Amino acid sequence: MTNKNAFISNRRGFLGLMAGGAALSTVTSPAQAAKVKTKAKIVILGAGSGGLDMANRLANRLDGASITVIDGKKEHWYQPGQTLVGIGLKPAEYALSKNTDWMPREADFIQEFVAEIDPEGKNVTTASGKKVTYDYLIVAMGVILDWEKIEGFDVNMIGKEGIACCFAGPRLAEASAGELQKFAEKGGDAVFFRAPTLQKCAGQPMKYALATEDITDTAGNRSKANFTYLAHSKALISVPIIHEKMRMIFAQRGFTVDYHHKIKAIDHGKKILTFSTPDGDQELGYDFTQVLPPQRAPDPVVNSPLPFLDKRLGQGWVDVEKGNLQHKRYPEVFAIGDIAGVPKGKTAASVKWQAPVIEDHLVAHIQDKEGTKTYNGYTSCPMITRIGKAMLIEFDYNNDLVPSFPGIIAPLQEGWIPWLMKEVAFKATYQTMIQGKA
Amino acid sequence: MEELKLSVMIAVFEEMFGFWLWWGLVILAVSITVLFFYIMIRDKRFYPRHYLWAQIAAPFGAIGAVVLVLVVTNSNLGDLVTPLDVIVMLGVAGLGAAGAVIWAYVAQAFIERRCAAK
Repeated sequence: MTNKNAFISNRRGFLGLMAGGAALSTVTSPAQAAKVKTKAKIVILGAGSGGLDMANRLANRLDGASITVIDGKKEHWYQPGQTLVGIGLKPAEYALSKNTDWMPREADFIQEFVAEIDPEGKNVTTASGKKVTYDYLIVAMGVILDWEKIEGFDVNMIGKEGIACCFAGPRLAEASAGELQKFAEKGGDAVFFRAPTLQKCAGQPMKYALATEDITDTAGNRSKANFTYLAHSKALISVPIIHEKMRMIFAQRGFTVDYHHKIKAIDHGKKILTFSTPDGDQELGYDFTQVLPPQRAPDPVVNSPLPFLDKRLGQGWVDVEKGNLQHKRYPEVFAIGDIAGVPKGKTAASVKWQAPVIEDHLVAHIQDKEGTKTYNGYTSCPMITRIGKAMLIEFDYNNDLVPSFPGIIAPLQEGWIPWLMKEVAFKATYQTMIQGKA
Repeated sequence: MEELKLSVMIAVFEEMFGFWLWWGLVILAVSITVLFFYIMIRDKRFYPRHYLWAQIAAPFGAIGAVVLVLVVTNSNLGDLVTPLDVIVMLGVAGLGAAGAVIWAYVAQAFIERRCAAK
């Protein structure tokens, strides 16, 4: 089987499962790859989806390796579920668990934040000054939401007086749902926009906007509400065919859409958002909005030699080969998930497809071999368009649509099955993934 | 996902229905199936009259299954817009109908036996 075929086969399996699949008859036991004996010291920075997936995969794959995970965060957030919390369909607890719940027994979990990364000396320093050396490093530290970059904004504003943000964690997403509901019951001006940088789950602001419109419509107050969606660039999303589809949906749903608007400031008292545009600053009043700040790599990564040498590229993302997520200058360093400097793929679905590739190349490196698997940029986003309807968006580095079920589930087609995937099947598959089993 | 795993499928259904409702439905389905075979073995025959009456339960089972799935997935019938949506929901209705018919057949067999014993 070629790598390409293997990829398609895997993707179909994954989404088939999420579809709640008629494929029960194909239930099988996983083929176990032989364990590789090694004394390698592997350090994983971050216990989010990428870090946990890698820790569990390597614990299963390697015999005798020292695996250390470093993360000061105790809670594990099921981030793909935070939008469901933010629209009021699930409670905050739905997206909350502990990192220790998913940590492999074989891993040494240092519950401290990372202070410094030294890829020359092959060591990491924690916040308490503890130095941890490594043979292999996997950076899985996610993104920082750079709240201070929005003038006048404070994270304590979320969940109050018309301000929402599902990205700020399950509890603030739940508080956001309360504000959404208040808006739906009285109407007004709702303004949605995305981060003015690369951001995790670029489709989320659009699905939150459409869900808000639908909830307002269901509440009988659509005629009292105005909806605006502002893109930060010339497109709603970087994939042209998806941009066109979303443009059509927003038009059908009565949204005002504009482009090249980057969030700059908020006046909480006057309820005014300020955007920088090519024509100068533009102010817009709001009764309800989801605030999304610029996103960047965490400080220990930004301050290390790991990001792109050309500082104009990105916000400190780790400079990796896009096909295998291996660092371009430090071959013993890999990056997975949001922190990886690849053109696409800041979603849990991307992590799902990146993890086996990193495992393959890292284990091959241990054995003085070459890895063979390739990550093609696959990412997916079940785009909620109404409560009860969604459409499956899947694409790769080339902006090609890569539908998992051609002829069965049409890409860019609103329907109930993609909604089922998002609402009921994703969490179970996500939890399987972070245990390294998917 | 390299392969579909039964444990993940179960986790999906637990997520969909909630732990207690899902396992309650599983226990109910298994119990009725076991009872059906018990009755077939006990009576050594299939009663067409019971089956005829049991079919009255089919529409109720179908509607009940559809309503349950719509409720647990925060959906309504208007959300079924693609052929696959309709096919899957027809499957849900079919399973509900079949389950209700088997349940009604088993119930009649037990009631008749009890009445005959008296």
